[in-house]
Amino acid sequence: MDRLRIATAWFGGCAGCHMSFLDLDEFLIELAGKADLVFSPVIDVKEYPENVDVCLVEGAICNHDNLELLHRIRKRTKVLVSFGDCAVTGNVPAIRNQLGPRNVENVLQCAYIDNAQDNPRLPRSEGIVPELLERVRPVHEIVPVEVFLPGCPPSAGKIKELLERVLAGLPPRVDGDEPRFG
Amino acid sequence: MEGTMQGDDLAAIAEKHQGSRRKYCLRTCMSAGCMSSRADAIKKGLDAEVKAQGLEGEVEVRRVGCMGFCGLGPLVGLDGMKEREILFEHVTPEDAPAIIRAVQAKDHGLQVADPDHPFFSKQMRVVRANGGIIDPERIEDYVAANGYRALYHVLTDIRPAEVVEEITRSGLRGRGGAGFPTGLKWGTVAKSPGARKFVVCNGDEGDPGAYMDRSILESDPHLVLEGMAIAAYAVGADQGFLYVRAEYPLAISRLQTAIRQAKQLGLLGGGIFETPFTFNVDIRIGAGAFVCGEETALMASVEGRRGTPRPRPPFPAERGLWGCPTLINNVETFANIVPIINRGAAWYAGIGTERSKGTKVFALTGKVQNNGLIEVPMGITLRQIVEEMGGGAIGGAKVKAVQTGGPSGGCIPAEYLDTSVDYESLTKLGSIMGSGGMVVMDDSTNMVEIARFYMDFCRDESCGKCIPCRAGTVQMFELLEKILSRKATARDIAMLEELCDLVKHTSLCGLGQTAPNPVLSTLRFFRNEYTELLQPEPAGECAASGQ
Amino acid sequence: MAAKTLKIDGRQVSAAEDTTVLDAAAEAGIRIPTLCHLEGVYDAGACRLCLVEVAGTAKLLPACTTLVAEGMEVVTQSDRLRRYRRMTLELLLAERNHVCAVCVANGHCELQSLASEHGIDHVRYDYRFPRWGVDATHPRFGLDHNRCILCTRCVRVCWHIEGAGTKNVAGRGAKSFIIDDLNQPWGDSESCTSCGKCVLACPTGALFDRGSTVGEMERDRTKLEFIVNAREKKQWIVSE
Repeated sequence: MDRLRIATAWFGGCAGCHMSFLDLDEFLIELAGKADLVFSPVIDVKEYPENVDVCLVEGAICNHDNLELLHRIRKRTKVLVSFGDCAVTGNVPAIRNQLGPRNVENVLQCAYIDNAQDNPRLPRSEGIVPELLERVRPVHEIVPVEVFLPGCPPSAGKIKELLERVLAGLPPRVDGDEPRFG
Repeated sequence: MEGTMQGDDLAAIAEKHQGSRRKYCLRTCMSAGCMSSRADAIKKGLDAEVKAQGLEGEVEVRRVGCMGFCGLGPLVGLDGMKEREILFEHVTPEDAPAIIRAVQAKDHGLQVADPDHPFFSKQMRVVRANGGIIDPERIEDYVAANGYRALYHVLTDIRPAEVVEEITRSGLRGRGGAGFPTGLKWGTVAKSPGARKFVVCNGDEGDPGAYMDRSILESDPHLVLEGMAIAAYAVGADQGFLYVRAEYPLAISRLQTAIRQAKQLGLLGGGIFETPFTFNVDIRIGAGAFVCGEETALMASVEGRRGTPRPRPPFPAERGLWGCPTLINNVETFANIVPIINRGAAWYAGIGTERSKGTKVFALTGKVQNNGLIEVPMGITLRQIVEEMGGGAIGGAKVKAVQTGGPSGGCIPAEYLDTSVDYESLTKLGSIMGSGGMVVMDDSTNMVEIARFYMDFCRDESCGKCIPCRAGTVQMFELLEKILSRKATARDIAMLEELCDLVKHTSLCGLGQTAPNPVLSTLRFFRNEYTELLQPEPAGECAASGQ
Repeated sequence: MAAKTLKIDGRQVSAAEDTTVLDAAAEAGIRIPTLCHLEGVYDAGACRLCLVEVAGTAKLLPACTTLVAEGMEVVTQSDRLRRYRRMTLELLLAERNHVCAVCVANGHCELQSLASEHGIDHVRYDYRFPRWGVDATHPRFGLDHNRCILCTRCVRVCWHIEGAGTKNVAGRGAKSFIIDDLNQPWGDSESCTSCGKCVLACPTGALFDRGSTVGEMERDRTKLEFIVNAREKKQWIVSE
């Protein structure tokens, strides 16, 4: 059997889900023996590759860069895992949605102008700083998702359970514990 | 200054009133609809013209209630002419001199309506018999039209149980929407033990486009009061409440006048017609929440609490206002009582169909030529109403559907126009009789937009107590918006249907339980209008923009 | 008082005649999910989670307000009921701003645990993200409308256990919200006795002790039961 091609992606989130992934400890070694990590914030690959078996997507979709990459991931991935509360619910990054249609303006104003200690100015650089979306959205509101792994963060045990099933060629899902937000 | 009253006194009042009649009578509609088109100025103009011409001895200008053909309003009827009544349409205050010329049988050049028009000729006026004929602000007019005889009759000749039996035999069913047998309800309240009992009239009419109850209250308030008094006698109540929404100021003021006049004559209060029967009525004004038309919410509101429904049982008949057995009927239901007592249950049961007896008042509105208020016998077909009486769609368009029952009802497509108007037939088509709103839609109507309109109404009017109605209507509205903005997929329709199922079967009260009906009925009969707006389902790659 | 015999989920159960189906089931060890029910105050029948199927009735009935009857056959778990409960919980999660990760009640929230129990791993409805505020004017307690599910437990304990009548509901539909007195800041309320029963009653993180941080709001509901028993039955029983 071919080695499994695994990826992880990091959108609007605190990277805590990735920390939980790294909490897999020695299982990471076992995983490395059976699978290739082909794209991830923890490895130096710029372009999301073709033919990915499983991708764990952490974070809410907050800006155009997130959106573009998510669509590419969906196109090139068999099993997309909505990984952690930000990906599943929008969670903390989506709190700005409460500010309504002009939330982008308000959030930037608050962060970069009102509370700036010096040099208050909006970050703007065409083609480099991605523009924020009007509304932060969970992953499944944009593309179909195969597996939901809620939790802030999801426990390493759950991540392991999912990956073990995938490695064994079983349908990707999480049994065991009841899912839990937060 | 309450008086005591006997049967002979009623006759005396009627006789005295007849004596004050003039040869000609100009009946000026002063219901809310015509009032908004300056009916009060029209009446003033007519009064002035009569005076100017010195015709006070011959012509009476009478304020009357709704004549029904509201689309032609303001209306003025002229009685006493050699041949037949003349009905002037689209009258303006400036028409007064021309109308007086008509009284003098001179050329008047005004627009007149045809009294033989099917809009009138197909009607059967039972509860609206006095509408547009008597002055709603003069109790003498009502008494002269045989008013309060039914109350006198039941108080002096019949035992309460026999009254209940009479109503049961008539086959009358609740006109508020659900069609519960009225006699059965009265019997339950009568048999429920309680030191005190109440009678409540539900005048919280709220369906978009519906104004049957408003019209009855504005045109013939004593008919409702008398019906309530008879009900109170039948069930053993001594206090009534008339719950009327604040948006009906004219109805409220006429009811206040009517109650005051009835008290003065001793027709309300203690020892009516020198019997031990005591009955008082108070008005309670609703603050504009649709849900207060639901009986348990209405009762909470009457008690001075927040108007939200509670689970039934216990039903109001056992535990209603302040825990006492309470009879709640709709305005039109009470308006049917006097005719039934006067003319007999057998007569009433002879009108209508096997299971739906009597007449029903509808507010015929929408894209129909002739709109207004009609009273028709049960069992008439929708086609007769829409095509013959209503004259079909405006401007030669085709009728596409008829909506009955407001936000709780459904859209019946044109191919079912031959359906008989009765409780069971309309329910079979996924709609309901409802309180009497009937909105005609032509072929330019987008049925998904109609569904959205009613869902918008329901989400706005949900009281917020139970989750499925409060949050479910919001999500259903959002899905309808998504469909209309062409962003939805087949999966969204499935979600919509699933929500309809949830809200219908798990909501606390009738508002939520029926809120999905406009969606379900348009999905049933006009599904293609939904599917035409759909996007293909995204597969591995998604088309959504994320914006 | 006469006893009634009925069947709940196929099991023979007996209960006193004024018992609700919910209590009869609980006595038999059958748990029916609830959110608005609270031991000691009258039921509202509002959350619709405790709806059960009763043989011979087409309508689903709320177990909290339906009394037991002789020969009644009740089903508390079915695919249909489970589906409805799941959808109702999803609707709640999408309605306001329930951000479990940063909530004072994280780990001790009835909405969170019911969602978990019902296998909700994501919400299919669009999150509404409404804009609601926090009332932090009271010296000891706070009210975060973002986390409120309008179960009205706080209103009921305030009126019927404490008797102060401070809390109530204003507005309608999705715009309903909990108010103090005539919709004034909680801290300005003259009727509030600061007894804290509303905070004890709240199933989510909407009502909280000020100063508590993520996951710290654990509530001792036995206190409410203790007060009700003391007042109504004159029994002062301190539970372990």
